[in-house]
Amino acid sequence: MNRIRTLVNKVGLAPIIIGALLLLMFVLAPSVGLRIDQSLTDTVVRFGMNGIMVLGMIPMLQTGCGLNFGLPVGIIAGLLGSTFSIEMGLTGNLGFLGAIGIAMVFSAIFGWAYGKLLNRVKGYEMMIATYVGFSAVALMNIMWMVLPYKSPKMVWGFLGAGLRTTISLDGFWSKNLDNALAIRIGSSFMFPTGTIIFFVFMALFMWAFFHTKTGTAMTAVGSNPDYARASGISIDKMRTISVIMSTMYGAIGILIFQQSFGFIQLYNAPFYMALPAVAAILIGGASVNKATISNAVIGTFLFQGLLTMTPAVINAAIQSDISDVVRIIVSDGMILYALTRATRKSR
Amino acid sequence: MTKKTGFKDTLLGMLISNVVPILFIFLIVLTIPLSGYSAKYLIGEITTRVSRDSFLVLSLLFPIMAGMGLNFGMSLGALSGQIGIILITNWGVKGVAGVFLAMAVSTPVAVLVGWLAGLVLNRVKGREMVTSLMLGYFSVGIYELIVMYVMGKIIPISNPAILLSRGYGIRNNFDLDGIRQSLDRFIPLKIATIPIPVFTFIIIALACLFIWWFRKTKLGHDMRAIAGGMGVSEDSGIKVERTRIIAVILSTLFAAYGQIIFLQSIGTLNTYNSADQTALFAVAALLIGGAAVSRASIPNVFLGLILFHLMFIISPLAGKQLMGSAMIGEYFRVFISYGVIALALTLYAWKRVKERARARRSLHDTI
Amino acid sequence: MTEQQPLLQMQSITKEYFGNRVLTNVSLDVYPGEVLGLVGENGAGKSTLMNILFGSSVIAQTGGFTGKVCIDGKEVTFHNPFDALQAGIGMVHQEFSLIPGFTTTENILLNDEILNDNIVTKVFGGRMKTLDLPAMRAAAEKSIEMLGVEISPDTLVAEMPVGHKQFTELAREIHRPETKLLVLDEPTAVLTESEAQVLLTSLRRLASTGIAIILITHRLQEIFDICDKIVIMRDGRIVKEVPTRDTNIGQVAELMVGRSMSAESVATSKYDENTETILSVSHLWVDMPGEIVRDVTMEIHKGEIFGIGGLAGQGKLGIPNGIMGLYEAGGAALLHGKPIHLNDPAAALADGMAFVSEDRRGVGLLLDEGLDWNIAFTAMQAQNKFVKPLLGGLIKWRDDQAIQNVAKEYVKALDIKCTSTDQRAQELSGGNQQKICLAKAFAVQPDVLFVSEPTRGIDVGAKLLVLEALRTDNRKNGTTIIMISSELEELRSICDRIAIVNEGSIAGILSPSATAKEFGLLMNGKIELEEEKVDSHE
Repeated sequence: MNRIRTLVNKVGLAPIIIGALLLLMFVLAPSVGLRIDQSLTDTVVRFGMNGIMVLGMIPMLQTGCGLNFGLPVGIIAGLLGSTFSIEMGLTGNLGFLGAIGIAMVFSAIFGWAYGKLLNRVKGYEMMIATYVGFSAVALMNIMWMVLPYKSPKMVWGFLGAGLRTTISLDGFWSKNLDNALAIRIGSSFMFPTGTIIFFVFMALFMWAFFHTKTGTAMTAVGSNPDYARASGISIDKMRTISVIMSTMYGAIGILIFQQSFGFIQLYNAPFYMALPAVAAILIGGASVNKATISNAVIGTFLFQGLLTMTPAVINAAIQSDISDVVRIIVSDGMILYALTRATRKSR
Repeated sequence: MTKKTGFKDTLLGMLISNVVPILFIFLIVLTIPLSGYSAKYLIGEITTRVSRDSFLVLSLLFPIMAGMGLNFGMSLGALSGQIGIILITNWGVKGVAGVFLAMAVSTPVAVLVGWLAGLVLNRVKGREMVTSLMLGYFSVGIYELIVMYVMGKIIPISNPAILLSRGYGIRNNFDLDGIRQSLDRFIPLKIATIPIPVFTFIIIALACLFIWWFRKTKLGHDMRAIAGGMGVSEDSGIKVERTRIIAVILSTLFAAYGQIIFLQSIGTLNTYNSADQTALFAVAALLIGGAAVSRASIPNVFLGLILFHLMFIISPLAGKQLMGSAMIGEYFRVFISYGVIALALTLYAWKRVKERARARRSLHDTI
Repeated sequence: MTEQQPLLQMQSITKEYFGNRVLTNVSLDVYPGEVLGLVGENGAGKSTLMNILFGSSVIAQTGGFTGKVCIDGKEVTFHNPFDALQAGIGMVHQEFSLIPGFTTTENILLNDEILNDNIVTKVFGGRMKTLDLPAMRAAAEKSIEMLGVEISPDTLVAEMPVGHKQFTELAREIHRPETKLLVLDEPTAVLTESEAQVLLTSLRRLASTGIAIILITHRLQEIFDICDKIVIMRDGRIVKEVPTRDTNIGQVAELMVGRSMSAESVATSKYDENTETILSVSHLWVDMPGEIVRDVTMEIHKGEIFGIGGLAGQGKLGIPNGIMGLYEAGGAALLHGKPIHLNDPAAALADGMAFVSEDRRGVGLLLDEGLDWNIAFTAMQAQNKFVKPLLGGLIKWRDDQAIQNVAKEYVKALDIKCTSTDQRAQELSGGNQQKICLAKAFAVQPDVLFVSEPTRGIDVGAKLLVLEALRTDNRKNGTTIIMISSELEELRSICDRIAIVNEGSIAGILSPSATAKEFGLLMNGKIELEEEKVDSHE
């Protein structure tokens, strides 16, 4: 009993419950006609697609800026990157790298402005982030129509202007990382090595960053801002850096997502993309002012696994599509739970 | 009210605290000619829409009164109202009786849901708005679970017109023929061929009267005290947690009734989508009417709805004229809605941060 | 005084906070219409005693108390301040408990509004009654009148001058007809001289109507102006209870502070006027809520241990917080003759100063991180210690090994009890936490070290160790130490000179061997004694 309690205290209640549910799903899968290897592939692919955006939650959590509900800002930087890259006619790996490069520039600018805003509203970051994110997406809806894109691969045929809602990456860099060095076993199992290696690289980078003097300072800012200030650290500067980092990871994250998905999704797609990433890091055991890389890894795996498996199992069992309901209840319920716990510690 | 003397009473003060509606009036006056709509058309449209939405926007006043900010979790109430509508359609109750029955049925649901929401919000003092937002999203999931899977299976639904073909779960949309416009047309009146929903406006007027009277009761006064200082109120014996829950319940009830009024006016129910934009547009309208996160009153509701809907109607055509695309106009009005909220939240946060900084300095500036 | 029954009787009150005895066998009687002055240093137990009287939840949460509280002869138990209010006890705190957005009237009648019945009340209960605003306004005016001040009942509290806020609070307390006893904690701190006079007059007027008053203040003159009886507390006990006319300011000051101190435990001051000045401060002001500094000028000499004492809230804690940039400050300060850039913690650290804050858990520690991080952090950030420069200095990599080493060093030197060098700071005892804060400052190797309340809330063994560590650092490294403390004994045992702060400025500087009376008078702001009040009871 005691060992269970120490495990719960160490890892947190959430990962254990969700982990148990996930295991249950895997156990039930064959009995409703689902193949385990197919399910595993789906889970790992989705892990690769979403992992980096979840990693991006860490810097802002560490500096006390809260959960990054403003992830759409980073995603928009990424979308600008990929659309610009296609507009310039870059294909294949070059196109992918070009997209990353351009996205980095935009995310640095957006992240800096976003960070400055959050510094002025300390204590209300999450609320402001949410609506700044929403407003940005709504504004970009206008921009996608108005910006002078010309590439026939992206623009509405009959109008001649304005981007389409969904743009295929076929012939550009669709699945180029997923397929790079992929391991295939039989017809139903595929391990997207390229994507996973990229994820590991991004995780390592973050690990290294938090081992530098600046990274250490950032951790202190979230842990006790008064302590950090007394040690001569500029809290605002650290927070801005963390916001820029989160935004950049968001931008890169959406690019990885796109290559795996095979499509660029514009307009209202980024609207609700923050919630799954937030839910994932919380499921991994993070709290509102502390998060680690293992939180991100565990959380993404569990959450994406649950989202893949539960609807598949239940749908097969009751012959009906319950995925929407499950997604909403699990992710929003998780965030709700985290919010109610957070205040007990209080700022 | 006791006559308060303060900055807001100076002309400059009034202008500054009402800058948003003033800007909106300015913009709208400029763009109305572009749209090409006739005054008669606009007045007719606005009358209908204001009668349709007022009750919903009024529901936002209670949490603001109690210092809990903007109620982004309005869907909790709206969906409770929708459950009422589904049930009376199932039972085939028509007309004004149907509308009132829907309200009656949704009352216990709304009270229960509001009470639960109030309990949650009491645990997150200081983060009510984010939490109410998440509560709103979460409630959609629970609602879908009930309406898609429980109704028809555990809750008997006998009307085949609203059931899905598989035998359980409610259809994606269906007509509300039985109650369409029943409140609106109950007292028929036309002024220059514009239909006026007299009865609906009477109900709205009663609601306004209730709110006006409510502010003068001890309960209303206690809510305002809590908004002004939770700790102080608690120490003087006001039951803070209980009062906040009552505010949430009232808001949820009003939202439920408001959604029912909305649906009878529209005449169709999109079971899974009707309530999607409810909170967004209601909050945006209230803010456009000059309300703030910590301060809102009945005039804000009506002024806001008029301006909001004018903008809503004009945008597509103005977009076509100015930018060559009606779509851009539509995107624009959504952007304005979100933008107005982001702006109000930022201003509120700025103000609070400044107040905190001032408290961090001395109580008296006698240095 | 009279043969009537005391209104309030506190009998044999004893209270402990986590094993620390803060009140021992305190007994107090207050009669109707009596004005009682309660004086004592910080930590004497006045606030705790009042918290017990007022039913503050913090008392129950920390183990309750033993003894009895009786009102009009009947024993009472208060579970929260509202109970006390209903029993007729009102308290006017130092921090205002008013609602800024409400008017004077609304605040005075908070939760005590005058209501009218209506039909709805029958169904939905009492809170649906409507407010009778005209009646409320009249009632408020009456209370204001009772105080003898001019305040409009319609002004918003947020827009009132501070003095009016104080009177509004007072009006709220006396408004209740059942109010029998009023407790006021430093009520004149925020008032101008004339406002203070008006307040004191109002209090006397209230007393004449039969309300008993307990006045807590360090302004001894005020006590002598209006109090009938003085109760002096020290170290959790009542040292004397005496009618005002039977004593004088000098006596009271001495009793507040004085305790028998053996000659050995007083430091032999090595203060030499001719040693160079290392830190000179002129007209320093600091805006630290609760510890405001108005005008401090002093010169600290190299290598001395300089003590700063004084009562709580008088500003002594504001001095180091201001110089180290944690709170807004102004004025001039010179270190080694060069001006210090105020409002800039990084600059203060870079200049060679370090600070052990009085707020151990709030400012001094990263509770969630290991003690090794806590010790090394400031030095790492301010001086680039414990980092390995990579890529030609572009990347400063955290040297975890070096951090562990320095932590081990200080664990040994200061005898810090822990399970390992990465044990979370939160899990250590108060004394060990304080040692970590010290280690953090030592790791910076400062020229000037500010230490605020170094032994507050820690056990005796740790106390001695901390003081010894400071002495050693001063002796071996020549660090100039500026120690701020509420415990006069502590200052006298280690400092070369002791300054006393009163009302935001330095009232005087004394040698550690000065008398208790001298210290007491400075703490209460009386630099010279008016000899007229001395009787033969001297």
